[in-house]
Amino acid sequence: MVAFFLIFLPLLTGLLVFFIKEEKLVKGFAFLSSLATLTVSLLGLTLFKAEEHLQFTAQWMQPLGSSFSLKLDGMGQLLCLLTAISYPLVFLGSWNSSYTKPSNFFALMLLAQAGLMGVFLAMDALLFYFFWELALIPMYFLCSQWGGERRIQVTFKFFIYTFIGSVLMLIGILYLQSKTPDHSFSLRAFYNLELTTKTQSWLFWLFFLAFAIKMPVFPFHTWQPDTYEQSPTPTTMILSGVMVKMGLLGLLRWLLPVLPIASYVWGDVVMSLSIIGIVYASLIAIRQDDIKRLVAYSSIAHIGLMCAAIFAENKSGMQGVLLQMFNHGINIIGLWIIVEIIERRFGTRKISELGGLAQKAPAMAIFFVIIALANIALPLTNAFAGEFLMFNGLLNAKSNYYLWFTVFAGLGIILAAVYTLNMIRKVFYGEVNTITAAATDLKLNEKLALGIIVVLIFWMGVYPQAMLDVTDNFSQALTERIDISHLFRKK
Amino acid sequence: MNALIISAILGVVMMFSSILLKQKGAVRNVAVTGIILLILVNILEMGGTVFFKVNTRGMIVFDQFALLFNSIIFLATLIYLLLSAKDMEKVGVNYAEYFALIFFILCGVTLVSSFKSLLILFLGIEIISIPLYILTGSDKRNLKSNEASLKYFLLGSFSTGLMLMGIALYYGARGTFSTVIDPLITVTAKPLLISGMSLLLFSMAFKVSAAPFHFWTPDVYDGAPTVFTSFMATIIKAAVFIGFIRLFDDAFEQAQSTWRIWIAVITAVTLFIGNITAVFQQSVKRMLAYSSIAQAGFMLLSLYAMNTEAKEGLLIYAAAYCFATIGIFAVLAKMSDYTFDGFNGLSKKEPLIAATLAILLLSLAGIPLTAGFLAKFYMLKAAIATPNSLWLVIFAVLMAAVSVYYYFRVIQAMYFKEGSTSSSTTEFSPFFKGAMLILAGLVILLGLFPDILVNWLYF
Repeated sequence: MVAFFLIFLPLLTGLLVFFIKEEKLVKGFAFLSSLATLTVSLLGLTLFKAEEHLQFTAQWMQPLGSSFSLKLDGMGQLLCLLTAISYPLVFLGSWNSSYTKPSNFFALMLLAQAGLMGVFLAMDALLFYFFWELALIPMYFLCSQWGGERRIQVTFKFFIYTFIGSVLMLIGILYLQSKTPDHSFSLRAFYNLELTTKTQSWLFWLFFLAFAIKMPVFPFHTWQPDTYEQSPTPTTMILSGVMVKMGLLGLLRWLLPVLPIASYVWGDVVMSLSIIGIVYASLIAIRQDDIKRLVAYSSIAHIGLMCAAIFAENKSGMQGVLLQMFNHGINIIGLWIIVEIIERRFGTRKISELGGLAQKAPAMAIFFVIIALANIALPLTNAFAGEFLMFNGLLNAKSNYYLWFTVFAGLGIILAAVYTLNMIRKVFYGEVNTITAAATDLKLNEKLALGIIVVLIFWMGVYPQAMLDVTDNFSQALTERIDISHLFRKK
Repeated sequence: MNALIISAILGVVMMFSSILLKQKGAVRNVAVTGIILLILVNILEMGGTVFFKVNTRGMIVFDQFALLFNSIIFLATLIYLLLSAKDMEKVGVNYAEYFALIFFILCGVTLVSSFKSLLILFLGIEIISIPLYILTGSDKRNLKSNEASLKYFLLGSFSTGLMLMGIALYYGARGTFSTVIDPLITVTAKPLLISGMSLLLFSMAFKVSAAPFHFWTPDVYDGAPTVFTSFMATIIKAAVFIGFIRLFDDAFEQAQSTWRIWIAVITAVTLFIGNITAVFQQSVKRMLAYSSIAQAGFMLLSLYAMNTEAKEGLLIYAAAYCFATIGIFAVLAKMSDYTFDGFNGLSKKEPLIAATLAILLLSLAGIPLTAGFLAKFYMLKAAIATPNSLWLVIFAVLMAAVSVYYYFRVIQAMYFKEGSTSSSTTEFSPFFKGAMLILAGLVILLGLFPDILVNWLYF
């Protein structure tokens, strides 16, 4: 039932919020709803760990071979927890912003949460596709309605991009379903399929395109910086913190284990693309003047590293990716919260127009520096543990070019330090100018949200084992499933 | 059989009602009652209660498929009348006659959905077409309406000629009009049969406005009064499709290897032309005309696949497409400005109408949770099961992605653009709003539980 409530709590409250008119009430209700979802998610991790609580199956579209089956496995636990933690943080961090038609805004946010949970929980391909699209629709409306000046074109580009990817994935799903003996959409039936290398190869690209666009991986990333920049910041937080994980989850649950041979064959190509993306995005990030765009490009680099580590196809890499999925979400939400505060206080996001914030707002500076250092994976912060494992994975990859991949991915880390520290220097230190002269420090709600994030950063940095235990079984099973060395031995 | 006879009687009743009933509201009520009656007798027939026993010598067979399709069409017509009947008053003076023509068309539809003889198919198509020519030109003082009617009539008669020729050749090859084929008899005059088949294929493709036989569609749909465009683009199109699939499923089953590739090409061309041209339209009405071509392209996939799923899928597609398009046209008919800009800011003025309209558009675009998604889903699923069809399926979904562009333009106009305060729309009555809400609910219900529709087939 945990799985069921994770979806239906936000869905139900989201629909209810449409009918609340008072802005304060809407905010409070949405915040309470997100707290309730978080509680459910935590219960799933602690009290109701037993298998029967984490599964939910109901009849749905029986004649088509589909069923409404949800399950919280290790990765599901982690990503649902991330989603559940993100929402209260986002609501808390942006409590002071006000929106036209607040009820619609918060309702759509909660509906998006339901869609995201569905994607993370679905164990049936058709259901997965349903939620995949349903998470997108509220996001589309959120970005187009409350975004910046160029929001309509930019969001539309984002929508068309992802839609093309997802319909191609739909074909892949349909083809796989037609190959299963009992014409079923269930994940287990997909895992039991044995397809030829050639079939796997073209199916691989149908699926990979959908996930690559969502993550995004170079060269499918062009929608991302614009969309992050133009979206209202709470939506950007969800987009970058949680929604990009849909693509990674897709790889880990629906691509690698279903098409292991093709994943091995095309692994080098995908890793090369990811590594190119890391270096490319980092170089562009150095040149950015807009903080939002800088963070957007840095996100492409981070996701690229995760994608590369997935295709290293070993347990260390997988564990690193899973851990980093969580950490990246937390860190980037922290960055966005501060970016939004800066934007709201000073009306600008340009690095060149800001300066000397550390004198005026010391608390903000401290929080920002901690989160930014976590973002570049300093030891003792959460991202260090994840990236360490991922690099370990890359070094042990089966690919012939593993050393090159590791070296260039490492270059990304160095470049990340360059642009992040540069931004900190220009925004928080240096001379106070006319724009920043009237700066005030953080408000209580902002301190609270950022404080929680900092606690999580250090907790995960010092003791990542708690998280790694959750995902251990999952990574173990996954690495065994995608191991295709027995095929070579036969020949 | 119930629906066939009663729809014909109702047509006559409607003609007399113009003399007997002075008030337009009363005429409307009679028509709505009539269509509800049609639905009821048709559902009774599905349960086995047949009022009229007529020996048709096997020329008409009302099987479960045909009856279910008729029910869908009658339901769509009911929704159409509830939403748009009032707007017909604006078209011209012969209010009751329009309803009479619609009932005659429904009579033709029941023939087309249940024929087992090419003669009946021909009769049905003609009974549908001739009232349509009149409805297209019903706005007598409007030059565009006249032009559309004439164009439709000329091209329509031409395609009817092709069809007759095709039927004649078929008769020459088989020695019978019947579409029930004895598999033991081999046809010796193969060229005769194949050329007959191709002529029938062309004429049916014309009727469903498949490319390259689609050129009449935009002009006729644009010129005809909007209320009747709605009827033409949905109910008529779906009906002809059922005739199309029955014809090729029964009469030409053996020649499948020949026509499958032709259908594949026609499908691809239709999808391409319909979707790409729709992108460049400035008027929502013309956009919907091209969108109807594009949707026909998707429906053609069922013909291409021709398996159980395809036939079930066509029913769902017909329902999904009719419901959504009827709703959009009903709103369009009430707008003063047919361009995309005419919809600017509708969500502020009429939140409920905008929301329901958005759901209908999402359904046409094939977004999950709506009937339109499942309809497309069935089509793709059916097509992918046939060998060597991957290119067509991928092409179809890419075109579906293109279609998102023009459907979303309306959504963007309604939600994200500011409307000018001067642009006035007619007031939407509470009744209209309620009907739209039910329609949107129906679209979502069908999108979540297609079983409720499909299960009727296997009663």
